[in-house]
Amino acid sequence: MDLTKLTLTELRDTLRSGETTSVAATEAMLDRIVEVDNDIKSYLTITDELALEQAQAADKRREQGESSPLLGVPIAVKDIISTIGVQTTAGSKILEGFVPPYDAFVVQQLKEAGAVILGKTNTDEFAMGSSTENSAYVVTRNPWDQTRVPGGSSGGSAAAVSAQMAYAALGTDTGGSVRQPASFCGVVGLRPTYGRVSRWGVIAFASSLDQVGPFGRTVADTTALFQVVAGHDPRDSTSLNVPVPDYEAALTGDIKGLRVGVPKEYFIEGIDSEVETAVRIAIAQLESLGAEIVEISLPHTQYALPVYYLIAPAEASANLARYDGTRFGPRAEGKDMIDSVKKTRALFGPEVIRRIMLGTYALSAGYYDEYYGRALKVRTLIKNDFITAFEKVDVIATPTSPTTAFKIGAKTDDPLSMYLADIFTLSLNLSASCGVSLPCGFDNKGLPIGLQLIGNTLQEETILNTAFAYEQSTSWHQQIALNAQTSG
Amino acid sequence: MALTLQDVAKIANLARLDLTDEQMAQYQEQLSAILEYAEVLNELDLTGIEPTSHAVAQQNVMREDVERPSLPIESVLYNAAKTALNQFQIQAVLDEA
Repeated sequence: MDLTKLTLTELRDTLRSGETTSVAATEAMLDRIVEVDNDIKSYLTITDELALEQAQAADKRREQGESSPLLGVPIAVKDIISTIGVQTTAGSKILEGFVPPYDAFVVQQLKEAGAVILGKTNTDEFAMGSSTENSAYVVTRNPWDQTRVPGGSSGGSAAAVSAQMAYAALGTDTGGSVRQPASFCGVVGLRPTYGRVSRWGVIAFASSLDQVGPFGRTVADTTALFQVVAGHDPRDSTSLNVPVPDYEAALTGDIKGLRVGVPKEYFIEGIDSEVETAVRIAIAQLESLGAEIVEISLPHTQYALPVYYLIAPAEASANLARYDGTRFGPRAEGKDMIDSVKKTRALFGPEVIRRIMLGTYALSAGYYDEYYGRALKVRTLIKNDFITAFEKVDVIATPTSPTTAFKIGAKTDDPLSMYLADIFTLSLNLSASCGVSLPCGFDNKGLPIGLQLIGNTLQEETILNTAFAYEQSTSWHQQIALNAQTSG
Repeated sequence: MALTLQDVAKIANLARLDLTDEQMAQYQEQLSAILEYAEVLNELDLTGIEPTSHAVAQQNVMREDVERPSLPIESVLYNAAKTALNQFQIQAVLDEA
């Protein structure tokens, strides 16, 4: 049995039946990483020894009768999520060598569930980017075409799952950083409602938008990981104190009578025609499964990108003020305190500097009302668009990104064109919605296309079940990246 | 709105960033382009619209003011570039005189 070919839920069944062990599955993943990650470069740190210890502990727990859903399942974690004793860089040189003194809430949840952590995956520096090219360490390659980007910022996690180097992975989504790389890499990625998952121990980018989200090769796999990380945490004051439903039980595949809204503002000039065609066929498929298709309008969609690129940098400029060489990270010595801080902050990469500058300007005296203040008001209009839409529909279906994966280097000189890769994902982060991206086809170059399903506040069950119904009636998710290189 | 080089220098200083002349020119151009793009927001009438700072509005979350364990001091200081007397050490910010 080739353990790398199994989905998470298949592995879970195999572990439960005693046909394999967590140690065997972990070794299979670590071998697979050795085999293909020299090319893909999805991991920044591989914690092989720790992983094998965790696998042995999981096998012992199982012998003692435990059978929790992620027990012994190897998972990857984005390197912006703190892991006790394991270097966590956020893809930045300013955190090189930083070893967190505690685990993030989501990592505590994984460990409690008995999951095995394989390592830390590559990310755009401080999650700022749409291609993972802004990582200060390495460029991750798309497993479907290694001359192309995996998307970003959670490109390492998406590529690792896509190339079968983890059964599932955690990323973070501030403007689309789970869904867009999921789309580019042909896997499933969920952005939960803001507050559904604790941000405690997640290195902050834009605090009113950041949220941890799971990746999996299938909807059920993604749901299984989400189940474990969702929940209330008093250490994050924005964490929602509401019960966690049984998400896996919600995957019935029945969407008869579901009202699916199609917003006309998401099918605009500039969208790749193959993407549009694939998404329209997917929407027709939802209809054939019993859903009712309703044309809707989200009239302020065109303003989401400028609003996002004022609010997120403003919050980032405040959050990143802490990197001054005092408490963590390297320190450069200058002639006085301020000079030292400035020399230390030269370790930030170009995109991070760009956003700190933009945010500082948007918040500065004389410009606050004109930029940041105005953006917060337009955020209200965008949020209201979704509130109005969800009075008429249960789910909104759109493309995840206007294109498939682009070439490495294609957009690095033009920040605005890079920002456009997130045009369909970031609106819902400004509102209180949730969203999932799942594969819905391939373009003529063999690159995956993503369908985005958006749900109302805390309606993750609805979008996951819709995604599940679609997935069960199609075979896109059965196509596997790097198949030719997989040993039989 | 087009930024001047002086604007860029002022922002950089506020953000405690030391930019080379080349970076200054590059950010002048790129930030101006992004701000110009953001001017599309000016076409909206926002009279009477309340700002949204968080997607999910929450009241202040309070807890009982009781003692709780904190991280051991060696963990807190572990990542610091310089420490002394169980504290973070930085350069002097006041003249010794």
